[in-house]
Amino acid sequence: MIKQFFVILILSIVGYFLVDAFFKVPFGEKRDNVGNYYIEKSPVDLKVSNSVTAIVVNYRGFDTLGEVTVLFLAATGLGSIMYRRKQKGEKEVRAKNPSSRIIQIGSQILFPMIILLGGYVFIHGHLSPGGGFQGGAIIATASLLMLISYRKFKVSHNAITWIESIAGVVFASLGFIGLVLGRTFLENFLPTGELNDLLSGGIIGIIYIAVGFKVASELTGVIDTVLLNNRPEAQKEN
Amino acid sequence: MIWLVIPVIVLVMMTIGAAIYAVVSKNLLYAVVSTGVVSLGLSLMFFILQAPDVALTEAAIGVALTTIIFIITIRNTTIKECCDEKKSKIESKKGELK
Repeated sequence: MIKQFFVILILSIVGYFLVDAFFKVPFGEKRDNVGNYYIEKSPVDLKVSNSVTAIVVNYRGFDTLGEVTVLFLAATGLGSIMYRRKQKGEKEVRAKNPSSRIIQIGSQILFPMIILLGGYVFIHGHLSPGGGFQGGAIIATASLLMLISYRKFKVSHNAITWIESIAGVVFASLGFIGLVLGRTFLENFLPTGELNDLLSGGIIGIIYIAVGFKVASELTGVIDTVLLNNRPEAQKEN
Repeated sequence: MIWLVIPVIVLVMMTIGAAIYAVVSKNLLYAVVSTGVVSLGLSLMFFILQAPDVALTEAAIGVALTTIIFIITIRNTTIKECCDEKKSKIESKKGELK
């Protein structure tokens, strides 16, 4: 009873401040804040037509590096927690029964298309909506499709680790080159090119391609780790 | 403008209904699938409200990856929220005593 009272008390305090902050936001009024600066400057200075990408990779590029690091740590931590030594004579099996023929053929048709879509999304991150995180997640869903439809489809963890590390090193070293050649970390040192061109935006395209590879390999590794490390005793109960 | 409002209302109803079902349902598999439906409705709403970046992320992460990871977890544990009604009553009594 006392526990419930405290829960309601804390919830009402949090709710009061949320509602209070919500009603203090002015709606429908013109506000000249930092958003307008980004919208006006990103097509002119950086020649990037997608302002969201300009903010994520250039104006707030250091935050993106932090996010990538957080994702890397999460994937590594999950791998180290879920890792289990194989007992003698134990086979790594993801599922008891093979999936149906319809799913297998359908996934064969869909797999290259999803990979193509993911690659398109992160290569054109500075031109159209999307970017490295989105494209990487799309590619990870493609490998998930193959992992659940084929029991023998294997993902090489060595390759995943290498792709992940090289992409991370590319991101960080581009930042350091900007620091050496310019003034700040992750400063744009390449020519920006024409607006709406594929080779525009300087380092933004390269960084988003690196982030796309990194996110795709990390999420694929996470799914593969979770799928492989079943507890056999729990399956027997079901 | 009315043609834009109607699908948004339908989406909101679907999303809220799926969210309530996810909380109420005792079968965890149904709950996870309905959270996937919530993510689907959210991503469509993001797309209608002109945020295609967020819609892409929500569709890939929320609908596909999170749902699959939860389903794998359920496969390795139990499918019911509480396996036995008698057991749950005993546990609730124990909780009262404490």
